[in-house]
Amino acid sequence: MAAIRQLLTKSVHTTTQILYQNKIASNFPQIRYISTTLNQMTDRKHIQLSYRDDIAVIKIDSPNSKVNTLSREMFPEFTSALEEVNKNDKCRGVVLISGKTSGFIAGADIKMIESCKTQDEIYQLSKMGQKIFFDMERSKKPIVSAIMGPCLGGGLEVALATHYRIAVNDNKTVVGLPEVKLGLLPGSGGTQRLPRLVTVPDALDMALTGKMVKAKKAKSLGIVDLLVEPLGPGISTPENRTLEYLEDVAVQVTKRLASQGGVKPKKKSMVRNLTDKAFEYNLIRDYVFNQVKGKVIGQTKGLYPAPLKILEVIKTGLEKGPEAGYEAEARGFAELGVTNESKALINLFHGHTSCKKNRFGTPQVEVKNIGVLGAGLMGAGIASVSVDKGYDVILKDMSQVGLTRGYNQIAKTLKDGVKRKKFSQIQADQIISRLNPQITFDKFDKLDMIIEAVFEDINIKHRVLKEVESITLPHCIFASNTSALPITDIAKGSSRPEKVIGMHYFSPVEKMELLEVITHEKTSKDTIASAVQVGLKQGKVVIVVKDGPGFYTTRILSVASAELFNLFQEGVEPKDIDRASKAFGFPVGNATLLDEVGIDVASHIAEYLSKALGASASSRAGIPILRDLVKNGFTGRKAGKGVYLYEEGVKGSDRQVNPGFYEIINKYKLPAPSGIKNDTETIQWKLASKFINEAVLCLQEGIVANPTEGDIGAVFGLGFPPMKGGPFKFVDLYGAQKIVDRLRHFEQIYGNSFKPCDLLVDHAKDSSKKFYSA
Amino acid sequence: MASSLNLARQTQLLNNKLFNVSIRMASTANAKKIKPQHNKNIVLIDGVRTPFLPSFSAYKDLMGYELARNALLGLVKRTSVNLKDVDYIIMGNVIQEVKTANIAREASLAAGFPQRIPAHTVTLACISSNQAITTGIGQILSGQSEVVIAGGVETMSDVPIRLSRQMRKLLLTMNKAKSVPDRLGLLAKIPSSKPLSPELPAVAEFSTNETMGHSGDRLAAAFGVTRREQDEFALRSHTLADKATKEGLLNDIEPVFVAGKKEPVTRDLGIRVATLEKLSSLKPAFVKEHGTVTAANASYLTDGASACLIMTEEKAKELGLKPKAYLRNFTYVAQDPKDQLLLGPAYATPKILESAGLSVKDIDVWEFHEAFAGQILANLKALDSDWFAKNYMGRQEKVGSIPMDKFNNWGGSLSIGHPFGATGVRLVTTAANRLHKENGQFALIAACAAGGHGHGMLIERYPQ
Repeated sequence: MAAIRQLLTKSVHTTTQILYQNKIASNFPQIRYISTTLNQMTDRKHIQLSYRDDIAVIKIDSPNSKVNTLSREMFPEFTSALEEVNKNDKCRGVVLISGKTSGFIAGADIKMIESCKTQDEIYQLSKMGQKIFFDMERSKKPIVSAIMGPCLGGGLEVALATHYRIAVNDNKTVVGLPEVKLGLLPGSGGTQRLPRLVTVPDALDMALTGKMVKAKKAKSLGIVDLLVEPLGPGISTPENRTLEYLEDVAVQVTKRLASQGGVKPKKKSMVRNLTDKAFEYNLIRDYVFNQVKGKVIGQTKGLYPAPLKILEVIKTGLEKGPEAGYEAEARGFAELGVTNESKALINLFHGHTSCKKNRFGTPQVEVKNIGVLGAGLMGAGIASVSVDKGYDVILKDMSQVGLTRGYNQIAKTLKDGVKRKKFSQIQADQIISRLNPQITFDKFDKLDMIIEAVFEDINIKHRVLKEVESITLPHCIFASNTSALPITDIAKGSSRPEKVIGMHYFSPVEKMELLEVITHEKTSKDTIASAVQVGLKQGKVVIVVKDGPGFYTTRILSVASAELFNLFQEGVEPKDIDRASKAFGFPVGNATLLDEVGIDVASHIAEYLSKALGASASSRAGIPILRDLVKNGFTGRKAGKGVYLYEEGVKGSDRQVNPGFYEIINKYKLPAPSGIKNDTETIQWKLASKFINEAVLCLQEGIVANPTEGDIGAVFGLGFPPMKGGPFKFVDLYGAQKIVDRLRHFEQIYGNSFKPCDLLVDHAKDSSKKFYSA
Repeated sequence: MASSLNLARQTQLLNNKLFNVSIRMASTANAKKIKPQHNKNIVLIDGVRTPFLPSFSAYKDLMGYELARNALLGLVKRTSVNLKDVDYIIMGNVIQEVKTANIAREASLAAGFPQRIPAHTVTLACISSNQAITTGIGQILSGQSEVVIAGGVETMSDVPIRLSRQMRKLLLTMNKAKSVPDRLGLLAKIPSSKPLSPELPAVAEFSTNETMGHSGDRLAAAFGVTRREQDEFALRSHTLADKATKEGLLNDIEPVFVAGKKEPVTRDLGIRVATLEKLSSLKPAFVKEHGTVTAANASYLTDGASACLIMTEEKAKELGLKPKAYLRNFTYVAQDPKDQLLLGPAYATPKILESAGLSVKDIDVWEFHEAFAGQILANLKALDSDWFAKNYMGRQEKVGSIPMDKFNNWGGSLSIGHPFGATGVRLVTTAANRLHKENGQFALIAACAAGGHGHGMLIERYPQ
């Protein structure tokens, strides 16, 4: 998306120069909406109306809720409060502010959309929101939004409909239109008002990515008019005092605006003026929109309808004026609201929220000091996400060289964080001060948890476990970041098996959000609670699975990639596989993924899992091919050679397939069976059907606790296409029968490894059976 | 606050107080004893300072060490101390001139002091010369020195403006380059115009990147201090300083002869009594639009130097010097440099009172450093707040309300000026002088400083 921005900026800048002399008056036609009078409501639940001198203060404060969300209940209260204010002749202006320090309005209540039965209902919902915000916008008395904390989605749309926005300049105050992440579009005027307030490229950037923008940036974009610095403690807590102060400033500003007769249009910068002018030109507008559309399609493979619809709706507003724009917005909102993509993404959103909670309760001892064994890519990554969340970390390695490499990795992450304004320099300094890199076991008796990321070898793990158990306190948890070794086996080397647990992180730890916690039979509930709590504090989304070969994620990956080798054998080009899997929605092509994971690692895991899982995990040739590749040093990206060749300056699809890879594959070549034509669809379904079947089998076997955690694990750990919602939601949406049919078809040709599991067959037999109730 | 700032009433209260004092003088036989912090009686013989001048005025061509030299010479003149008895010199300084990094030594050499007196420079932002005094106390208590000169100096008329890090790096590498082509090659590396722009020192926290003015504005807002209250306090400061100047009370000043000028500098030149209307018409200086800190209710950039003479009571007797005050308990505190940057006095005050076993009412003279009117008022509100005491100071109840008729009666940093490195000695000397003039026993001085620091010191009038 950054690329899109750059491109846009460039194109805009060059064209604006040509257009400088042309002055085209903007002519948005005025539209009239019939205002309907609702009954006066004085007993409002979500909104309190009070007056400070001649300024009305509308306070949004939903009862029994941590944050404010726009709901069906709240809308009429807005209307009635506004009407009351409008009728009051003494009132000269309005301040809109949250009664909560937790945020302005976090967005619209998703339940509103979920409860809609038909497309028309969703359309009406959008129309209702639009209408209320129109009333706000057309108010003769200036309305000022005073924003502290998140102001997202519908919240930002409210703020955009007001005449002036004041925001607290802290890290918690963010604005954004995240609807696209739920497969929707901002349906209450956001697509129309934002492009008028900020430049079109900036509006597209925000609406298409759903990114959150901090107050300061929002000011420079033109969304926020005035910043208020947060206050420290004084006559009350910093949060309360800041909110009071924000209100004071907002009232003061509103008075000023009222006496100068409303908000005067801001002086635009020359660049801004030129950009705006440029977009009045059809030619330029079409050019930019086409460019952006091309980028969106390129990046989303056309699998996400929402960004394309957003583009279309914004363009309609710019081309045909607000009336058409708002209508297009409401229609688009309704269309998107009934798509499977939106349903999948919303379900994923709920799952994500639920996996951000600790269902095992509060642990008895709060973990404060963590020891990480092994300063490799994983170890340093784990240390990195721990120190920056406030943990004191000992990073231990065998060698100073390894340790320094790990230290440098963490230092670089922090430096990037400072550059991206995630941390201030002093925060970064303080964070790295919490890191103790060492090659000794010094101070291990102070640790509450050890996470080992040493070599994947049961004997080494046992040795390390014994070593640290002799020094650590009895309450200290031993967590293994193994991707496949059974935790039960690791725990066999422990004198405190109840304290042994698996914490499977994904590489790169700093970026991958999933943590798979693995319990064995003797792991205590308190140990699980601790592991989950640490994971959550590290910023992870956590699933808790039972021990078993490959746990949940590794098992699925291994089983699905076994099919990869069969495709290779049948002569399918790696690039075709990558293309097909990406077109299905995987972020990384399956052949490339093998290189990323490491072919040696994959080989190691495949050998072990084929013994443990039997037929489904092993493929007819997977293991021998893997062995041969490793023997030749083709271990993947890290070695510069794997399936592909990795050369300096060659990126993505330009990479060549490793000739050595072909040589090995050719030795194992098999003709595709009759009835199998390895076209894109077949490639996709060979991989996906096994993936899905194995996920459902894991639920059947109780490895994964519920469909929610199964979906979260698959999407956030393995890159299962988010717009399909995860394997379980996908079965619900796509239909179990259709998937079973695919599996049966392959089973007839290839045999047992494609046998659909019982649970999936059950769902196929009875179409009323769903993994998710709604 | 507004009512106590009413100047008419203020003067009346002052008069009442002087009247009461004169009654009490008859019966001050039983002076209160405190819990001492150290086992030696350390005394302040006297302190002096140069007149404090807004930067870029008469001192603008002087280097800092020259101002400090004047303060040192003035101190010798005032106290008649024999320099052969002086063991050590310590001076505070904040924005350091690189050429005179140890400005205390340069000033001493320039003053023609005996070369055998060691001198070092300390830095602790606005409480640097307090640190000079207490470092001196430490030296005396540890037996290293018996007689110490402590002072401080600041000039903001000339501050070190540096090349950017990138340019410095380039120039330093160039030093090492052997041949001309090597050097030209390096020059060609100057990537853009950005590294050419110099770096100005800012009165901003390194850790938070926030300027003190912004922090002061936020602090005032956090305690709900209004613009009017701040303007009234600023007016009070200037009015009282003006009055004290006219009455000759600010006699710690030693005139400075600046070469090339027609007459010596004999008085502070930043004191300006304006009307409240005038003050309230000013635009906010830091937080534009809705801020409350203005140029008039904030201390301004000042040039100046100060010095004082401290020793044990015994030594003073031996040398036949008459002390002005005992330097009693002192403390340093530190808090969050973001949100409590300027709250040092609120934290230091109760620590001093408790260590000495005194309460607010036992203090006759309050002398606080006025960084901003809003900062002073916020500190006073913090001291008078049960909520703040419980939630942030770990106390059961508030410290108490500071009586304004005893507070900064001769003006303060807002009006007299605030040369960062020199203010501390002015506070101590002024407090001692006020104890004599107002006939009190104890004075409490407190100040805030960058980094979230605070300092407090109790001084006791030396009996006549």
